[in-house]
Amino acid sequence: MRIRTLAVGLMAGALALTACGKEGSPTDSGAQAPQQTAVQGVDVPGSPTFAKIKAEGKVTIGVKEDQPGLGYKDPTTNKYTGFDIEIAKLVAAKLGFGEDKITYKAVPSAGREQAIANGDVAYYVGTYTINDNRKKQVGFAGPYYTAGQGLLVKKDNTDITSKDTLKGKKVCSVTGSTPIQRVREQGLTEPGNIVELQNYSQCIGQLDQGQVQALTTDDAILKGYAAQEPDKFKLVGEPFSKEPYGIGIAKDDKALRDKVNDILQAAIDDGTWQKIYDNTLGKSGSPATAPKIERY
Amino acid sequence: MDVLFDNLDLYGPGFLTTVELFALAAVGSLIWGTILAMLRVSPVPVFRAAATTYVTLFRNTPLTLIFFFFALAFPLLKIVQISFFTAAVTALILYTSAFVCEVLRSGINTVPVGQAEAGRALGLTFGQILGSVVLPQAGRTVVPPMVSTMIALLKNTTVAAGFSVVEAGAIQSYLSERGYNVFVGMLWVALFFIILVIPMTLLQRSLEKRWSVAR
Repeated sequence: MRIRTLAVGLMAGALALTACGKEGSPTDSGAQAPQQTAVQGVDVPGSPTFAKIKAEGKVTIGVKEDQPGLGYKDPTTNKYTGFDIEIAKLVAAKLGFGEDKITYKAVPSAGREQAIANGDVAYYVGTYTINDNRKKQVGFAGPYYTAGQGLLVKKDNTDITSKDTLKGKKVCSVTGSTPIQRVREQGLTEPGNIVELQNYSQCIGQLDQGQVQALTTDDAILKGYAAQEPDKFKLVGEPFSKEPYGIGIAKDDKALRDKVNDILQAAIDDGTWQKIYDNTLGKSGSPATAPKIERY
Repeated sequence: MDVLFDNLDLYGPGFLTTVELFALAAVGSLIWGTILAMLRVSPVPVFRAAATTYVTLFRNTPLTLIFFFFALAFPLLKIVQISFFTAAVTALILYTSAFVCEVLRSGINTVPVGQAEAGRALGLTFGQILGSVVLPQAGRTVVPPMVSTMIALLKNTTVAAGFSVVEAGAIQSYLSERGYNVFVGMLWVALFFIILVIPMTLLQRSLEKRWSVAR
């Protein structure tokens, strides 16, 4: 614990030294999200993952920790908040694990498949787009949300209105991410204008300083940043892709996948899903409709 | 095998960029490192102090921080706009040259002082003693640690992946997003790095044999 505090301190110091620090405190989105009570006596027959977590008496959930409004870890309180976190909590509660039995494990995008395959996490909730290639490696329950690639620009920017106005503009996203691969493949801007950094907050810093003109990724992530600093940034244009977010589960664990799908379906039907959205991402002001669960 | 052949468009340009980064940074750091080593042994105290400060500063700063500075903070100074690739090469040169300097200086220390004194007795200037007597012998002595430094540089190029330079280190993120097995993908990356290091090791052996100083 002390080492982690030291590491965070050093990183903060490093960021401050290089003028990359971000000012302002993050939104406490999710603070008023509905409380979940753990269901007693749950059983998921035929699920090795469930058998394992049941035996351990606690559940480890893979999440993101650097996406405000979705999966965000407050460095001062070490508390996780956001839409994805609330969904993760909901699923855990319906599997019989209350909040005190949950351990969150921050896993970056590139490590997700490995974390699930190794059994480091029971399931993963963190802007994980369902696609056929990934289905070869992991199982997906959901989708629990449908995002689309969007553009975030500075509030006073009038040049960029859609993906077709990006030519000659510097566009930032995370190294190797699907959105930046799409920008490159579709030639939305010149290769020299593509900026790939380690995480979105670095891109936000570059956008704020005017080093890049747009940040592109799923609109859910952008909504989180816009909600954090509404007088600085805004989303423009229509989403130009479909990113159904799923809950990543071990590939062969169909029993758990069906169970999680049931949990999500019930939450959508009884309005819990809408409540969770309104208390997290919904604070950005843009509405969303519940997705349709796709079982396979 | 599929992971490799399906993604040749990643591995090809990725490793080409790695090799470019390495070649430019290697040449640059060998030149700048040699100059630093010469400054460190020069008779002028100011030069010695400046070079010592430089080496202490850059050898003790994590490479990532130097990258951070050149990729993200330097543009804000609005001195000159550089591309991320140029920033990466600059960061690698500044960092590695501190090590090159120290490696070379250790070689200089192996040359007996008597040789420099003999040179001075013959009327050679400091530059002539260094250039014709000391440095050639020093360079020959330090072949193995110098090659090690260069191999370290080759692997350090992967840090550039975090700063918008798409090279071998970025392959992992791309593979993951394309839905391929990252673990297998990284094994290929490791294999390619070994293939890149082999010629350097062979070069080291042949130079060691040819250049060994008879003492």
